[in-house]
Amino acid sequence: MDTQSAEVGVEEGPNKIFISQQQVVDEEVQAKVEMLIAELHGTKHHPPNDPDAQKLDHGFHFFKTNIFDAHPEYFSELAKGQSPKFLVIACSDSRVSPSVVLNFKPGEAFVGRNIGNMVPQFDQLRHTEIGAVIEYAVKSLEVDNILVMGHSRCGGIERLMTLPDYTQTYDFIDEWVKIGLPAKKKVLQEAGDLPFAEQLTLCEKESVRNSMVNLLSYPFVRNAVVNGTMIVRGGYYDFVNGSFEQWKMCTH
Amino acid sequence: MAPKFTKCMLLCCSAKVSQKEEDSMGSESYEEAIAALSKLLSEKADLGSVAAAKIKQVTAELEAAAADPTKFNPVKRIETGFLHFKKEKYEKNPDLYSALAKGQSPKFLVFACSDSRVCPSHILDFQPGEAFMVRNIANMVPSYDKKKHTGVGAAIEYAVLHLKVENIVVIGHSCCGGIKGLMSIPDDGTTATDFIENWVSICAPAKTKVKSECTELSFLEQCNNCEKEAVNVSLGNLLTYPFVREAVVKKTVALKGAHYDFVNGKFDLWNLDFQISPSLAAV
Repeated sequence: MDTQSAEVGVEEGPNKIFISQQQVVDEEVQAKVEMLIAELHGTKHHPPNDPDAQKLDHGFHFFKTNIFDAHPEYFSELAKGQSPKFLVIACSDSRVSPSVVLNFKPGEAFVGRNIGNMVPQFDQLRHTEIGAVIEYAVKSLEVDNILVMGHSRCGGIERLMTLPDYTQTYDFIDEWVKIGLPAKKKVLQEAGDLPFAEQLTLCEKESVRNSMVNLLSYPFVRNAVVNGTMIVRGGYYDFVNGSFEQWKMCTH
Repeated sequence: MAPKFTKCMLLCCSAKVSQKEEDSMGSESYEEAIAALSKLLSEKADLGSVAAAKIKQVTAELEAAAADPTKFNPVKRIETGFLHFKKEKYEKNPDLYSALAKGQSPKFLVFACSDSRVCPSHILDFQPGEAFMVRNIANMVPSYDKKKHTGVGAAIEYAVLHLKVENIVVIGHSCCGGIKGLMSIPDDGTTATDFIENWVSICAPAKTKVKSECTELSFLEQCNNCEKEAVNVSLGNLLTYPFVREAVVKKTVALKGAHYDFVNGKFDLWNLDFQISPSLAAV
């Protein structure tokens, strides 16, 4: 195959692309040219031998073809704005996406996900991430429900129940899971003689209840609850046994 | 036999009522939070009744008895949603779910916005077990800060050190309320929210860049640009975490940025490429 070399370059600033030779037959150079042209058009390409990038592209293609294009009116309405009835706080665990486990469709649930699905108390210095999620959901979206969803075999809860661990420390994990200390304390007090695995399950559930109570430390949550415009709920997904239980915070 | 573990957590109002003002919430303890709620409840309740907040287990069946059948029933919605998942996915893939019950080994850590329209399980068809996810306002990654940002730090730490993910993807999206909020913060820096504006200011460098380079664009077009620039700011912030930096240098983790446009049905994906000269790699 005739491989004419071509010089391809891009200048910073006004994004000039120039090719010194007319014909480009070398595959590698062709790919680079395509990449640079794509950059100019605003869509950047990834190297063709990146299977993880391909997986993401294929995943989007599946969604676009089977869901997005199949329901044009639904998605054009959604593009104008969202009005979910739920704020869901779930764990970052790859096995517990609320969209999957509770079959939420696009537009139904505003979601915050972190280690151990934890809600710390109102703290404008240390906890702006979760504070912003709750504030936006309650004040801007006016959700009717906040659901804190825990789950089985939670690594965050296991770490909480294992502390202190002098053989291994982390920069962040230990400090974060300590949000659940009131739950751990309660479990050790009431069920300290049970096997560790059972204590973990109890703590996963108690931590959800602890987070539900912590939600009340946010004035905008408290006001919505007292006014009856919002309910605080809890849930527990057990993927070992395939079950889901729910709690509700009742105020009267 | 094991003691019965109560499913009901009763929180009664204490006789002493908190005198704290609502805006000094930062130092409130758990007891004070409950007392403050109870005070509000007692102000609304009839004289003589005890104000209390109780957490109790519910089922759709119990709720239906009291509920108006024409109104949306959240308990039923959650229950129905789970039963659908259980029948259509959980029970149809027993091998997958029993393997997942033993442990997870996702290849991706994904940062996505909390927006109800952009869940990666939908838009990228992620199956259970594939992606460890952080969802927050405007899919932001703050720089390493052991005091101010333990939540994000913990998620990245767990994903990189414990789960050993191979990719970290930050996905922005169209019509992002958080980015619009960032772009709307007045120049004098005055804020009107408790958390939101402080949080989105993580990507202030993106706003600065867009405002200075895209002066001819409309506000909404500037927001669209900012959605993508903010992803790049977050990718840069990922490198402030030593365990991320190390993994990137060793090429065990790749950083990717993305943008989902739900107005036009498009998905952009890009890599962050690094050139590391030998003298820096030793750091």
